Parts: sequence; C-alpha cells; structure tokens
Amino acid sequence: MAASRYKVFDIDIGGYVESVVAWIQSNLGVILDAISVGIDAIISVLEDFALWVDPLVMALAIVAFGFWRVGVGFGAFCLVAMFLVIEMGLWSETMSTLALVLSASFVALAMGIPLGIAMARNDLVEQIVKPILDFMQTMPPFVYLIPAAIFFGLGKVPGVIATLIFAMPPVVRLTNLGIRQVSQEHIEAGLAFGCTPRQLLTKVQLPLAMPSIMQGINQTIMLALSMVVIASMIGAGGLGNTVLTGIQRLNVGLGFEGGLGVVLLAIILDRITQTFGARRGPGLFTRVGRLLTQRPTGTS
Amino acid sequence: MSKLTVRDVYKVFGPQPQKVRALIEAGRGKDEIFAETGHTVGVQAASFAIEEGEVFVIMGLSGSGKSTMVRMLNRLIDPTWGAVEIDGQDITQMSTRELTALRRRDMSMVFQSFALMPHQSVLHNTAFGLEVAGIPRSEYEERALRALEQVGLRANAHSYPDELSGGMKQRVGLARALAVDPSILLMDEAFSALDPLIRTQMQDELLELQREHRRTIVFISHDLDEAMRIGDRIAIMQDGRVVQIGTPQEIVTQPANDYVRSFFHGVDVTQVFGAGDLADPECVAVIGGRGSQAASTRAGAPAVLVADDGAYRGMVANGAADTEPDPAAPAAVRGDTDLHTLIGQVAHSDWPVPVIDEHGRYLGSVSKSALLETLNRAG
Repeated sequence: MAASRYKVFDIDIGGYVESVVAWIQSNLGVILDAISVGIDAIISVLEDFALWVDPLVMALAIVAFGFWRVGVGFGAFCLVAMFLVIEMGLWSETMSTLALVLSASFVALAMGIPLGIAMARNDLVEQIVKPILDFMQTMPPFVYLIPAAIFFGLGKVPGVIATLIFAMPPVVRLTNLGIRQVSQEHIEAGLAFGCTPRQLLTKVQLPLAMPSIMQGINQTIMLALSMVVIASMIGAGGLGNTVLTGIQRLNVGLGFEGGLGVVLLAIILDRITQTFGARRGPGLFTRVGRLLTQRPTGTS
Repeated sequence: MSKLTVRDVYKVFGPQPQKVRALIEAGRGKDEIFAETGHTVGVQAASFAIEEGEVFVIMGLSGSGKSTMVRMLNRLIDPTWGAVEIDGQDITQMSTRELTALRRRDMSMVFQSFALMPHQSVLHNTAFGLEVAGIPRSEYEERALRALEQVGLRANAHSYPDELSGGMKQRVGLARALAVDPSILLMDEAFSALDPLIRTQMQDELLELQREHRRTIVFISHDLDEAMRIGDRIAIMQDGRVVQIGTPQEIVTQPANDYVRSFFHGVDVTQVFGAGDLADPECVAVIGGRGSQAASTRAGAPAVLVADDGAYRGMVANGAADTEPDPAAPAAVRGDTDLHTLIGQVAHSDWPVPVIDEHGRYLGSVSKSALLETLNRAG
C-alpha cells in the first residue's frame, strides 16, 4: 500500500463522527424527541387527511387544481394520471408519498427561505452557509439515512428528515440569489421613498425575488420527490416502498409501476408549482380579497 | 435661506478615505489617486445653493460624479466629508429615523430606468411612497389617482408596468414622486432612456407641472439641450468637481473651460436664447428717454425714438435729422421671441430690429452681424 506509507497522524474521521453522533444521542435526547414529535405531527395530519378523503373526491380536486392553475390540457393530463394511479392500485402509496414530500418540503421551506434571506443580507452568513450547502448537496443521499435512523429510528420521521436535508439547498440558494439580483435602482427607489430595512425586504426585495424563490421552491419539491425512493429504505413507505419491493424481488413490473407513480406525481407537482412563479397579476388571495371588499357596481 | 445647500462635500469610495484627503488637497488628479491608493474620488469640494422653486440641472459626462452628487442629497450615498442642508438642517448629521422621515416628507426621486415594481399595478406603484409612510389605503389611493391625473395616466391606473411604453412608465415614475407632494424632486437622468420625441414631450410636461406648482427640482442630465430647456441654472461637473454654475445663457456665452465648451458643440442655440438676450442697447443710437444720446447720433445712421418713461416709439432713418417714427422701420419684437422667428425678422429688414419687453420698454436692437456672431459662436 503506497499511500499508507504517508499515513502518519492516524486521523479517524469516521470515529469522530461516530462519537459526535453518540454524544448527540445521549445528551440531546430531549431536542431529538421534540423534533420527532413535531415532524410526526405534520406528516400524520397530512397523510391522515389525504387518506381520509374519498379517492374520487381527492382525484377530482387535483384535476380541478391543475385545470385552474395550468390549463385545459394539463387538467386532462391530471385526469389520466389519477386514473392510472387508482387502476394500478397505488392510491394509498401515492397519497402517503405526497404527504411525505409536502411535509418535508414544508419544513425545508420554513427553514430554507429565512436562511436564504439571512444570507442575502449578510455576506458573512453567506460565506458560512455556502460550503454547508455544497456539502449537503454533494454528500450521497444514502449517507443521511444512517444518522437519521440512529436519531429517529425507522419510519416516516427519519424519512422526512433525510429528505428535507437533501432537498433544502435549492430554495436557500435561489432565495439568496433572487434577493441579491434585485437591481440597485429598485433598492434605491425603496430607500428614497422612505422604506425602513424591514419594508425594503417585504415591499421591494422579496416581491422582486419571488420568481427566483418560486423556482427554488419548485426545485426543493422535486428533490424531495426524488429522495422518497431512497428514504423508503428506512421505512418511509409510500411509492418508494413499492419500487424497493420491486428491486428486492427483481419484479420489473412492480418496480415500473412504482416508478411511474413517482413520475406522474412529479409532473403534477412541478407544473403546478411553476405557475406560482409567474410574476404578473394579482395572486389568488388578492383576487378573492378584492371580490369580497369591492361592492358590485351599478346596483345600489 | 436657500432650500438646499451643499457645503464643501466630498465622496471618496474605498476603505480608508481619510488617507486620500491630503492627496486631494494637494491637487492630485482622480486617476493618479486611484492608481496610488485604489480609492475613487467620486465628488470633491462641491459647494452650491439651490433656491426654492428652482430647476437646478447638474450636468456632466458619465463618471463626472453627477449621479453620486444627487444621491448625496438624500443620502442614498453618505458624503465622506461636508454638509448637505435642507431648509437649514444638516442631513448628514441625521439619525436613520430622522432621515427616513425626511425622505417620506420632503423629497422624492425619479430614476433613469424607472424602477417600478413589476408585481404591482400602476396605482399601487404610484402610491408606493404613501403606503410606505403608513397612510391608510383609502387616502393613498385617492392621492395616487390625483397624481396619475397630473401625468395623464388616470385611465391606466389598473394596468401593470409591463403593459406600458417607456414614456408611460416614466410618467408613472413621475406620478409616484409627485404623489407624496415633496418640496424637492430629485430626477436622475429621468428622461435619458426615452426616445427623443417622447423626451421633449416629457420635458414640456415637467415645465407645465412647474408652472402649476413650483417645486425645487434637481435634475441630472448629460444632455445640454435638455439642460438648457428646463434648467433655471446649470452646474457642470468634471472629474467630481463642479466647474461652473450659471444660467444657460451664462454657460453658453462664458464657458469656464474647454470641457464646458465641448458640451455645446453643436447645441441648438436657438433653444437657449431669446431676442431679449441678444438685444444690444448700444447697437443703435437712442433719442429721448432718460440720458438722451442725441449727441452720439450720426447723420445718416438709424436711431431709436424712446419716450420719457422708456417706452419704444419707433425708429428713424437718419438720427441727426428725423424726429417722427419712420413707417418703413421694422416692427419691434418682444424679448421672449425665439431666435427662429427673430432670424426671419432680421433677415428681411435693412434695419436693426428693435426689441421691447412686456411693458413696451425698449431693450436694445439686434443687428444682422450680432445675430450671425451668436449663431456662429455656438456652432
């Protein structure tokens, strides 16, 4: 062994990591439990709801949503996709995966967007966070499964945690980038009209960064979906489990069906979330608000 | 008291500006200082006072420090040294809180590339300053609509910026600035991004708005025609220094240096001067009025007849002999007559053309040679 000749210091990185993990496990148990309870609450509520609703109602709601946000053609696609999922007998797996993806994405966004804002406002924070994001994105995702399983056991909670770590970087990066790309003149306009730093953020920087942030949200949801198959190895369940079973039994048909379910879900989530990045025009809430506040004209 | 006073203001960009002070005072050039220390001198030793209701144009080539200068007036850029006083209050000493209040109350700004918020309607863009200041919605919408009316865009209140042309966008920018009813309006190359026809139109509209309600306007421009059209006074900046301040006429007739002179190479002087600026009281002998110059009239030379109160009575062909106005003499023109009209009058007359003010008093006369000389000087 040529390299071992230069191995002088005997640095045992793996050993250090193990002792850190062991220390966390024995000393930060309360925090781990709190995280576990919180995540479990989110995913249980979502999953229970998705499975409690009658499949036909849920499927039609998804079709209607696709029709409203994207268009007629996409509504038709959603209809076909929902039909296929039900006919393949993968409805509960699909809903379970949807719940897992949405809860992991929700936590990733709740942490990632504020982190991205902090990065944009402070160069030091950016310098510290950037290498951590690089680490999170380049570390093979399987590696997260081990500490996640150690800290949180097997099941959906470690699945969500491994998924959110893997999926968070894009929204952090694109929030940071979007805010930093707001033109100097827009910032100056905000300041010249007397914005406080907080108003500058909420009235100028965030709205102008919104297309970029929405792209980050879209990317995060997509990455979360691509992690579900891996997360099923620690018992996250859902469509990933179907694929995993297909692999274990060398059952091509079953594996393909599970994979197809993931693809259909990915397309639906992708197209729908992309429509929120479009910049112009009032959003749903503004429009509904206007309908409620504006009195109909002509009749008085 | 002046509305806005700038006292000995400097801006040095770089980590240790105090190191550069001595070099600037030693009279070292901007490029030299940058090569030696890596610091950029944006503005140096700028001092001027802007009066209430005045349109003050700051002109210069790019890199002359004019954009930095205007940003120091509302502290988007903090001056390194010196004082900027608004109504006698030094804004460089203000806390962030006071500064924010000042920006909301007293001054607003119009930007070169409009800087409108693409996600908001024209109405909400216009109301931006009012909304930020915490004015309730019902009131700010009404005031924004009034501002839009002033710029002729009331009908477009519910459009979005990307549905508007460049000229309309800048009208929204102007309406946004007018909506807060500021006493000072800062306009940073506000019309430079517009095509020439729209630019002239916007200049006219700005002048029209000034006629209705005089505000103090600081206008940044690199275009002399524009500066001449709208400016009551012009400050010319070169390498961060204010090299000359004066009325458009003063700048054209007595440029401080070659840099200033180079600006109006090819400028249309007919825009700058009126008949009153060219009228020369010495051009033609005057008979009558206070300080009669009858003695200086030469036989055979034309002369002007003036009443005791200075009112213009007419001209005579022979100053030494005639005493009644000659019907062949050219009609007098008013002092505010533009040069285009004046050229025609002078060309068709064998006499110098007399110029009178709005009360009919004689100002002087314009001879062919004087007119040609003026046109030539700026050509």
